Amino acid sequence: MSRTDIQSDSFEDLAMPLFDQLYNFAHWLTRNRDEAEDLVQETYVKALRGFSSFQLGTNFRAWMYRILRNTFLTSRTGLKATMTVPLDLEQDGTDLPVDSVTPETIFIERSNTQLMRSTIDELPVYYREILLLCDVEEMSYQEISETLSIPIGTVMSRLSRARRTLRERLRLQFQEGPRPLSAAVASGINYGL
Amino acid sequence: MDCDSWTAKLDTYLDGEFPSEEMRAFDAHVHSCSSCAADSLARLQMKRSVQAAGRRFTPTSNFRQRVERSIAIKPRSSFGVRWMFAAALSILVVASLLATYLGVQRSRRGQVYGEIADLHVAALASSSRVDVVSSDRHTVKPWFQGKIPFAFDLPELQNSEFSLLGGRMTYLDQTPGAHLIYAVRKHEISVFIFQEATLRGKWDERSPVTRELSFSMETWSQGGLRYCVVGDAAATDINSLAELLKSASSS
Repeated sequence: MSRTDIQSDSFEDLAMPLFDQLYNFAHWLTRNRDEAEDLVQETYVKALRGFSSFQLGTNFRAWMYRILRNTFLTSRTGLKATMTVPLDLEQDGTDLPVDSVTPETIFIERSNTQLMRSTIDELPVYYREILLLCDVEEMSYQEISETLSIPIGTVMSRLSRARRTLRERLRLQFQEGPRPLSAAVASGINYGL
Repeated sequence: MDCDSWTAKLDTYLDGEFPSEEMRAFDAHVHSCSSCAADSLARLQMKRSVQAAGRRFTPTSNFRQRVERSIAIKPRSSFGVRWMFAAALSILVVASLLATYLGVQRSRRGQVYGEIADLHVAALASSSRVDVVSSDRHTVKPWFQGKIPFAFDLPELQNSEFSLLGGRMTYLDQTPGAHLIYAVRKHEISVFIFQEATLRGKWDERSPVTRELSFSMETWSQGGLRYCVVGDAAATDINSLAELLKSASSS
């Protein structure tokens, strides 16, 4: 089958199964339904136009996510979201040991999905996106590397910092939240995070 | 290796990103270390919580349809359709031109055959059918010297049913030619001979034997001359005379 033959039909076949997850990711980035729709629509149009440059056999999902992310970064919302980047973003952090009673376990116990969502939502975009790509989209480090156009070593360090930041913010949420924390839980948080 | 060293790599382990050998080493350690096992469980639960919380937004069906429509307008496809339309139009134009050309050619050929038949009928209807009256081919052939710009050979008719009645000058499409009249039983057959070069393209080489207005007609090109045998005799008689003429010309 020639490249011309597969062009349009193949694109639809490959791209539409990613529609829901691309929209979810776009909404997390933009934090707005209308902007997410615009972003996804623009992504699909750009991808269709550029499909001839896509190397068949390479990772189509990473290619689509990269287009979406690059489109977002050049949008007004994206530029605003990435204006402030911490200087130590790519520095390796050292994970502290965590106790058996941690914010994670508390979260599971309380099933506070809403709190988790709001905490993720407040993360800087460079942490939010890598966390979503790894844990929600279940991308490998290699795929994340291709999507974000960064080395795998940077993927690992940024992911580690994203998770640590998430834990710290969860701890703050519990400390400041209206619900009383048990002594054991408070102890675990103070010790572990 | 102390637990801190394992802990630093725990997320990578839980993401399944280590080579299989290192994964097995981690498995062994986590099974033997209660602290790391608890830490792994907590981080895994956190990972699952992020996953559950992350699957949050769902596109509307209207939006999905809008995007599907936007990518269904395929530039390359419409480009292809335009090309197909252009190709079909080109084929149609070429076919029309070809049909017109073939029609004109057929019409011209039909016109020539009609004219040959007219010459045959006109000669037979004339009070002086031939200008040179002789059954001797050695008399008839020399009669055309100086009258037509070519020479031809006539067959010996002994032991055949045919007899030569004579000959006359004729013209077709402003080209001079020889008109010979033969008899077979009670039928009279005309033999027309013209220069092929001046009448090129007016004959259908694929069907040298035709019937026009119930006249049988056979035509062929030989030695730069166009021969045309026409008459109301049977097609076999026309063909027999044609064969005699062909033999005479090739001998």
